Formats: sequence, structure tokens, C-alpha cells
Amino acid sequence: MTTPKALVLTGYGINCSRETQFAFTQAGAEADVVHINDLIEGRRRLEDYQILTFPGGFSFGDDTGSGNGLANRIRNNIWDQVAEFVEKDHLVLGVCNGFQALVRLGILPAINKNYGTQQVSLLHNEGARYLDRWVDLKCSQKSPWLKGIDRISLPIAHGEGKLYALPEVVQQMQHRDLVAARYVPGTMCTYQHLPANPNGSLDDIAALTDESGRILGMMPHPERAIAFTHLPNWSLIKEILKRKAGVEEIPQEGLGLQVFKNGVNYFK
Amino acid sequence: MAIRIEITPTVEDARARMRKRQIEGMGFDGKIQGVQLVDVYTVDAPLKKDELARVGSMLADNLTESASVGTPQAPEKFDWAIEVGFHPGVTDNVATTAREGLEDLLQTKLPSDKGVYSSQVTFLQGDLSQADAEKIASTMANPLIQRTAIKSFDVFRRDHGMGVVVPQVRLGLEPSIDTIDLLHADDAALTLIGKKGIANADGSRRGPLALDLIYMKTIQAHFQKLGRNSTDAELETIAQTWSEHCKHTIFADPLDDITEGLFKRYIRGATEQIRRTKGTKDFCVSVFKDNSGAIAFDDQRLVTDKVETHNSPSALDPFGGAITGIVGVNRDTIGFGLGARPVINRYAFCFADPNDIDPIYKGEGLTQQMLPPRRIMDGVIQGVNVGGNCSGIPTHPGALFFDPRYKGKPLVFVGTVGIIPRETAGRLSHEKQARPGDYIVMIGGRVGKDGIHGATFSSEAMDAGSPATAVQIGDPITQKKLSDALIDEARDLELYTSLTDNGAGGLSCSVAEMAKESGGCHVDLEKVPVKYHGLAPWEIWISESQERMTLSVPPENWGRLQELLQRRGVEATVIGEFTNSGKCVVDYKGTTVIDLEMEFLHNGLPQRPMQSTYKRVVHEEPNLPDLEELTQTFHQMLGRLNIASFAFIAQQYDHEVQGGSVIKPLQGRGRVNGDATVTRPVLDSQKGVVVSQAMNPSYSDIDTYHMAASAIDTAIRNAVAVGADLEHLALLDNFCWCSPEDPERLGQLKEAARACHDYAIAFGTPWISGKDSMHNDFKGFDKDGKPVKISVPPTLLVSSLGVMDNAQNAVSLDAKIEGDLIYVLGQTYQELGGSEYYAMIGEQERGKGYVGHAVPQVDAHRNKTLYTALTDCIKEGLVASAQSVHRGGLAVALAKTAIGGKLGMEIDLEQLPSQVSRDDFALFSESQGRLVVTVAPEYKTRFEQRMQGNAFAAIGKVTGDDVFRIRGITGKTIIDANLKTMEHAYTETFRGY
Repeated sequence: MTTPKALVLTGYGINCSRETQFAFTQAGAEADVVHINDLIEGRRRLEDYQILTFPGGFSFGDDTGSGNGLANRIRNNIWDQVAEFVEKDHLVLGVCNGFQALVRLGILPAINKNYGTQQVSLLHNEGARYLDRWVDLKCSQKSPWLKGIDRISLPIAHGEGKLYALPEVVQQMQHRDLVAARYVPGTMCTYQHLPANPNGSLDDIAALTDESGRILGMMPHPERAIAFTHLPNWSLIKEILKRKAGVEEIPQEGLGLQVFKNGVNYFK
Repeated sequence: MAIRIEITPTVEDARARMRKRQIEGMGFDGKIQGVQLVDVYTVDAPLKKDELARVGSMLADNLTESASVGTPQAPEKFDWAIEVGFHPGVTDNVATTAREGLEDLLQTKLPSDKGVYSSQVTFLQGDLSQADAEKIASTMANPLIQRTAIKSFDVFRRDHGMGVVVPQVRLGLEPSIDTIDLLHADDAALTLIGKKGIANADGSRRGPLALDLIYMKTIQAHFQKLGRNSTDAELETIAQTWSEHCKHTIFADPLDDITEGLFKRYIRGATEQIRRTKGTKDFCVSVFKDNSGAIAFDDQRLVTDKVETHNSPSALDPFGGAITGIVGVNRDTIGFGLGARPVINRYAFCFADPNDIDPIYKGEGLTQQMLPPRRIMDGVIQGVNVGGNCSGIPTHPGALFFDPRYKGKPLVFVGTVGIIPRETAGRLSHEKQARPGDYIVMIGGRVGKDGIHGATFSSEAMDAGSPATAVQIGDPITQKKLSDALIDEARDLELYTSLTDNGAGGLSCSVAEMAKESGGCHVDLEKVPVKYHGLAPWEIWISESQERMTLSVPPENWGRLQELLQRRGVEATVIGEFTNSGKCVVDYKGTTVIDLEMEFLHNGLPQRPMQSTYKRVVHEEPNLPDLEELTQTFHQMLGRLNIASFAFIAQQYDHEVQGGSVIKPLQGRGRVNGDATVTRPVLDSQKGVVVSQAMNPSYSDIDTYHMAASAIDTAIRNAVAVGADLEHLALLDNFCWCSPEDPERLGQLKEAARACHDYAIAFGTPWISGKDSMHNDFKGFDKDGKPVKISVPPTLLVSSLGVMDNAQNAVSLDAKIEGDLIYVLGQTYQELGGSEYYAMIGEQERGKGYVGHAVPQVDAHRNKTLYTALTDCIKEGLVASAQSVHRGGLAVALAKTAIGGKLGMEIDLEQLPSQVSRDDFALFSESQGRLVVTVAPEYKTRFEQRMQGNAFAAIGKVTGDDVFRIRGITGKTIIDANLKTMEHAYTETFRGY
């Protein structure tokens, strides 16, 4: 059994590094938060890690398009090492703004393993405004990140999450099972009476993977759903559980942690 | 030669669709056929054609946008093109990112006088006149910070596009250092300088110093003693340091017989007494001396809090004012001790009715129109959205309050909670000490003309002379880089000995403030990095350009710090040295521009004893019809601006970033706005931070003592409802007052401050930080050009900060399970003075709210007993839901509980602990000290035992259907409603916002 090392990127307005690092640590990985400039200057090396994470946030303020500033910084400086990393037997996770950057970099969906060419876009939400709420997802089993997770509820918080692609690209993604998760009506939508698709995303797409399945990009935030008390309805569930005979303790973990555990288990 | 790079969407653009909807909403419904947006980057740099093409490609999403270099883009059909860009010198964050990307892409560094500028063109297709286009343009831009250009289709074709505009700042020649003749100035001259500012060579004035004659004469006497005149920089520095904004003279100076001033007696006095009484249980660690207040979180850490206001700038540029406010108060966290990490943002906004479209003007003859309330509201909400979301700080519970008197100046309260280890590398983190010989280091953004006279400006009423340069726009990413570098890295490496924020007064305040720690300072102003050349020394010194901190750095650490910050993309510059000379000395290119004694600068201002009066205005209790059927009234109440759901704000603010969310701003199935939230700021700890806030400005019309008492009680009650413990709960005060020259207003202030003293002590909840803003007046002209003065109602926002041991004990507001018992805790009195009910009925009957007389009064000792009992019940897990009763009274609290749980209720008020004579009073009285809680039937006995000795009663049951029925005090059905109509009423008011 090996403990994988996860590199959690930070800098320039990447905001979710600390909680992402915490999630990896909870899941059993060794996780370092690394500033992108330290990778560029060679102070830290990608080759020392098995997992690369692009956390959520507002890199470069979303100016010139969400994820674009970060993608440019990577493309202009460390594209070769990133490209080398993603083609090896490593895992890559991009959440929210990190997903946006992966899409801009063409690391996802990379149909025909064409890493580096942008094939889809994440546009302004249908409501043209930033939105924080919970969504329900139905996951495919292609990516090891989502192994054993059929349905999961997670929070989103973004202004640009509406996936767009040309029809032939959509078809290819469907054909090759690259749609890793879709927004579906589920417990949270029922609980708070919300539409399933929060942003008008094409084909209800919430997450993409590449053909290897090792790379996952998702708009929802699994690292914000690793504790029971992260759930919007935890206090209701707690009341229900308390009144059931034989239930002594309330749960501690949230389902989002499984994503990180899956990442760790891939290397076991 | 500058060139335009234009980015055009090639697929459907949600932003354009929203823009179209907004324009249609302005009375152009059906007239707009199409809207298209084009993003423009004007590149003023010597780049080759292929380089520009690469830059264009970099700036576009090449799947959904097309980039064009130098060739104007436009849809085939359009009638009007409106371009909006920034004025020279206004912060342009998009352009900054584009420039950084360009430099990174081309591996080049643009000269400082070259750059990139962003703008946006909106193409409109529709049957619109020139006047229509101008009207639309006026809603898309703020003339204080933005330029607009409007072209018809034909003109656009004739001109081949919108044309290239380079909004580069071009100032005059090398600025001079002026001397002000104070030695021979008479009173009239001194008064003029104090009010309008130093005269320029052309006779114009530089803007308010807000120094009254007493201060000017003190300054004059000081320079007479020195036997020389003051330089402009010296006088400006004194004005900044002595400003009401910085010195809080109204709270500090003697008032009537309170020689030590309101702050020392009532605010700090209360805290000192509470801390003495608490003894070993005292949880305060650093209060009233740093940028934030700090209390214990656990053995390892402190939790800090600070709430600021940013009212005057928000009136002029709501977006810029609000984003600058939120990003600015983040620096009060970063600047606490050796640097705390921001973990929660908080907000409260006071606006005029957004449906009010009657214009008001700053200038005579219907000139200088102020922004209408709706635009102020939209802009402020958006400013906190961008500031909070971009910074990665969860933005939490908020409060809104509407009153016509916020039309001249809105109130924008923004706060930040932080976490800091008690010790860093063996040092107590909340203590700091700049030492003689330490370098003075400025880090973060550069200095421009922005924000000049911000501190003195907010120390005055707003009128036609209010300076536009006081307006600025925050840049969250620059600050985020700075914050990460300091808090995540530099702090724990012990690279600096002290730091503070550059806020009001800029360097003049931050350096002079830190110089108190060492005993003096020496600055070389020409070393300060500037955004553009031509700034006068005094401008560099007092500019409030954002995203800057000042550090004191031992020379031996400078190299390491500089290298670290450089690697993080943060500019850092040594601008001088802290000394122990007892003087603040500032040079500019070898000439001394400031040479002031620290003692005079900080303590030289004379006291201005004030006298107050307070004649309480008696408003008759209105004589209202006693209706038997209140269902309709109840629904109307749910839709009131001051009660309705503002979920649209909560859901556009990221409240889950950092991963600590426990009780969220929107709660239950019905997503009801909560009054408090719970957060676990330390991810491997179950300890929770509770934050809440409350204000009751309408009670000020009757009695400010009870207004303040109610705000305190409500803030505490809101926190207790989610699980806060009175034993570990602190308070923050934010006074937003008006017309402090009026003895009546001072009398009102004194009474409010006295309540702060009495109730903090009674509850054992210390004040740990506060801020006041005394000049929330607008002097201008109404829609007919008649002079008006609009003063805000005396407003006190009370914020609470609590720590709970186990966040898993937290309670949300929504009813949980059918069959649960509904309790009202606390006594209901006939207290409708200043209530929402009186306001509504008055508006319905006579077009103006009733005030009434019986304002809610707070019995702190009784409430404390009740709250403590409730806390015990919550810790034992006996409480399924809890909702504080405040604005709108019992009926509204019950409705929120029901809507939150999407469960019905059967309520019977016959047993209600009350002294009311009528059903409507029982429903809508705003008596303090009350909560609605639901309890599982199996806990009935235990719950009632714990509550023994308090006024409480079971008044009904949670039901499984959607019927919400209330029987009144005599048993008759007074409300017969269902959840659907209630939810509709509650959510309809701000639909479409």
C-alpha cells in the first residue's frame, strides 16, 4: 500500500487549496499546497506527485474568462511538464475554477487524447449570475475518481458553468463515456425545490473525464461536502435519526469525501 | 499606436440576454430586438502584428468567441452602439489581468506608461431614439468612473467603429511643494481652508480637510510656535490624522458631564467591567486597540472580528464603494496582530425603497443627479458579490433594512471574521512592535490619485462639493496575492515585526500609526511606487489607493521578505525607516515636506466639549381598526421589504468556500434567510463560530435608548437561537448617525451609547470592536429643485461573535417533523411603537407609516435567564428548530419556521404569555426576548422542566399538510393560510432582483 502524494495548486486567486488539501489528508493522501510560481521556477517538481489538483477559486479574478488567466499562465510556462504528467498513470482533479482551467487548457475532455486543444467551453450561467446552491448528480463509472458513486449531492458555487460544445463533440463525449456526471433531480432538488440543472449546461453536464478516466473536472465542490454538517439538511436528518430507536450517534462524514478516497485508493 | 482587440461571442451569450431583459425592464419592453456584447481590450504598446494576433487569441475563448485585431466588430444589424470604459486612473481589473497575460505570453515587460485598457460595447437593435439610447447608456455606466460613447449605426459605419481611446493618466509637470500661509491667516481664511481645502494656484481648492476653526487655530498656534508655515503635506496629514473618520472625536470628546467621552465611559467602560466580573472566564484577548477585536477561540487560536461602513463612496459609486468596503475590511483582519486569516465576511445594508424613482440632486438647478435607490442597491449587492467571492471568503448572514431616509446615503456595513494562532514562532500573535531601525515597507498595490480625501470626505455631509476622487474600485486578486503571501508564508517566518492596513488616510495614517510603536519615522516619498507620474508628494502620502499594507521589517529580514513577495507576484518597497526621533519626517527627492512632532500629530488635537439635549418626540398610538380576519394582513407583512426573503443575495454570495459551513445563510426546505450562521473555521475541529447581527433604526424615532437595547437583545437572541452560548459571546457596535452638530442628535447618541453600556453589562457580552460614521446626511435638492436635507435615522448595527464548543449542536430555523410542539418563549407586550405593522398600516391608510409610542423595551436579566435555559436545552439536543422573534413579530417568526420546514401549523394563542388586548397586536408586536422553537413530543417534559421559571407556552403543533392556521387570543380563527400563498408572499417582493 502506497500513500499517494497530491499536489494542490495555489496562487493568483485560487481559493480552495486549503480545504482541498484537508480533504485529501482526510482521505489518506499526503497533500501539499504548491504555488504555481514555485512550479514555474522549478522549486517544486510535478514529478514528485501522483495526483495533481486544480482547486476552485477565482484565479485571475475570472477576468478575460474564467480559468483563462490560469490556463495561460500554465500554457505559457509549464505546459510541457503538465502535459507529461497527465499522460502518465497519474490522477488529475479540477474543481470549479480548476475545471474551467482544465477545459481551457484542453486537458478535458481531450477526445482522441488530443491533450492541449480546447474542445468544450464553460460559459456564463443561464441566469448570468454567480450561484451557490446544492445539486444532485448521477455519475458514470468511467473515472476512478467516481468509483462506486452512482448518485451524490454536492454544492456548486460559480458564475460560469454552462457547458457548451459543438454537436459532434457532444456526440463523441457521449459515445466515449466522457460525461462523468450529470445534473439530475434528486434529494437536494426535492428538498429545496430547485431545478436539476443549475446553469443551463448542455446535456446537463456537470463533470467530464478524459478517455483514460484518470482526469476528472467537475463544477460541483466535493471538498465542501466531506462532513455531515456540510449538508444543507443535516439538522433535519439529525432530528430524524435521533427519533429512530437505536441510533446513538449522528454521522460524521459527507459523501464528497469518497471522491478523495477514490483518488487515494487508485494507488493502493 | 494603440489598437483595439475585440472579442465577439459566436454563440448565444447569457450576459447579452440579461442585458436585454434589464433594458426591457426600463420601459423598452418589446422595443429591443437584439443585444450583442463585444469585449474590447485597447492595447497601447509597441507590439508586432503577429504578437497582437497571439494576444487576441489568448484573450478569447476560441470555441465560442472570435478575436479581431484592429478591425471593428459589429453585428450586421444594429441601431445603436454604446461603449463603456473607465476614466483614466480608475482601477481596471480586467485590463490588469490582460496585461499580465500579455507580458507572460510574450515574455516581455511593458513600459510603465504603456498598457491595456478594457471596455465593452453593447450593440442594440430596436426602434430607439437617440434619447432612448442615452437613457440606456446612463444606466450602464457611472459617469464618475466611466466614460460612455454612443453611436448610431450610420455614425459607427462612417467612423469605422467606436474609435481608439487610451484612458492614460496624464498629469502636469513635476508637482510643486506648496506652503500654506497659516501664520497670518485670519479666522475667515482658516475656516475656508478647513472646509474647502488648500488653494491651488488657479484658485480652485483641493478638497475638504474637514478641519473646523478650533482645529485650524490649534494648528496655526503650533506653527507659530515653530516660527514657520505649514507645508501642504503637513496640513493634509494633520487633517487625515485628526479626521472624525480616524479619531472618532464625537465618541472621544467630552459630552455634557461625560468628560472622558462616550466611548471610554459607555463602550470600553462596559467591556472593562465585564472582563473584571468574568475574571478567569474572561475570553477577550485584544479589544479596541488593533484593526479588529479578538477573543479566544480555543487553546491554540483567537477569533477576530471587525465591521466597517462604506456609506459615502457607496452613494456615489455603489459597486466601487461596496467592493472597496468589503475588500478593505478584509485588511482589518489581515492587519490584526501579525496577520489573521479572513474566514467569514458579513454584511448589512440599509437602502431606500428600490421602487422609489423620484430623483434627487446634489447640485442646484436639477444638476448632479444622485443614483436612484434601485441602482444603489444593485450596485452594492454586486460589489460585495465580487469582493467576497473573488477573495475566497464565505459571505454570511446579512441583514437588510429599508427606510426612505437612506435615499441620500445608503448604509453599507461590511465585516470580516478572522482566525489567528495565539502564537507564531514563539511570539504572541496579537502583539506587534515596530522597532527603531526597522524598514518601512509598503506592499501590494501602487499609489494613484484614487481615494484622495476619502477620510475627510466621509467626515462631512455629502453635498455638491463632495470629491469624485474619493471613489475607487477594489481589486480582490491583488489583495488575495498579498494576503496569501503574508498569512500563509511570511508571518510564520517571522519576517516582519508589525503591520497595519493602508485604509483611510493611506500612508499618512498607517505609517504614523505604526510609528507610535517605535517612536518616530522617516520616509522618502519618491520611493513609493506610483501608478503614474505627476502625483504631488501630499497626494502620495494621503492617497487611499487600495490593496496595500505597511510592514515594519528588520533590515536583516528584508532580503528574504522581498524575495518571497516577488515570487508571489506582490510588489514590496522600502519607503523609509522607523525611528525613535519623536518625529514624523517625510522627504521628497531630498526636500523635507513633513517635519511634525509625533506628540502633536497624534495628541495635539484640542478637545471640543459638546452639549446635548434630548426631547423625545411623542408620537400618538394610532387608532387602528380591530380586524377579525388577519390573513390578508399577514400575507402583506410577509412581503414587506423589511421582512421578505432576500435569498437572491445569499445565493449569489459564496457561503461555502473554505469548507466550514454548518448553519448556512439560507435554511430549510424553504430556504429562509437565517438571522445567524455557524461555521467551523478550523477544519479538524468541531468548534463553531456563530455570527449574527441586528438593527432597529425605526425605534430611534421613539427612543434611541430602547432602539439600542433592542438591537443588542436581538443580535444576542439571533445567535442564541442557532446555539451560541452567552458565556462566550462578544459584540461589535457600528453607529451610523447624522447631523452631529445638532445637540438633539448628540442626545440621541448619548442615550444609545448608554444602552450599549447597560445591556452589554447585563448580558455579560463585551464590546470588542466598533466603528462610527457620524455624517450620514445628504444636502441637495428634490425633484422640483427645492433644497432638501435627508438624514438617516440614527442606526446602530449590533453584530455578535460567539464560539460554540460543538457545532453539531447547532440548530436551524426550519420546523422539522410533523407532530412537533411549537413553543413561544418570552412575554408578548403591546409594543408596536416603530413596528413594521404600524409602518405598513400607516402607509396603507395615509401614505406614511405610523410610528406610535410603545417601543419595545428589554428586560435583560429576564431575557438572560431565558436564553441560558434555551442554550442548555440546545446542548441537550431538545430543540428541533429555533427562530428569534423580531421584525414583524410572532406571526412572521412562525411563518418563517413553517416555510423553512414546508410544514403546516395549527396555532392557538389563547395560552400565549402576553399582555395584549388584540389579535393583531399579539401577532405583530415586536416585544423583545422572544423565540419560536419546535420540540419533539418525547422531549416535552424535559424541555418544560428546563424552561421552568421563564415565560413560555406550547401554542400549537407542526402538521404534515400545508395549512397554517392561527386562532387568536379569544379562540377565533384569525389567520387561515396555506404554505403556498405564504411562500409566494415571502418570496415575491424581490423576484427578478
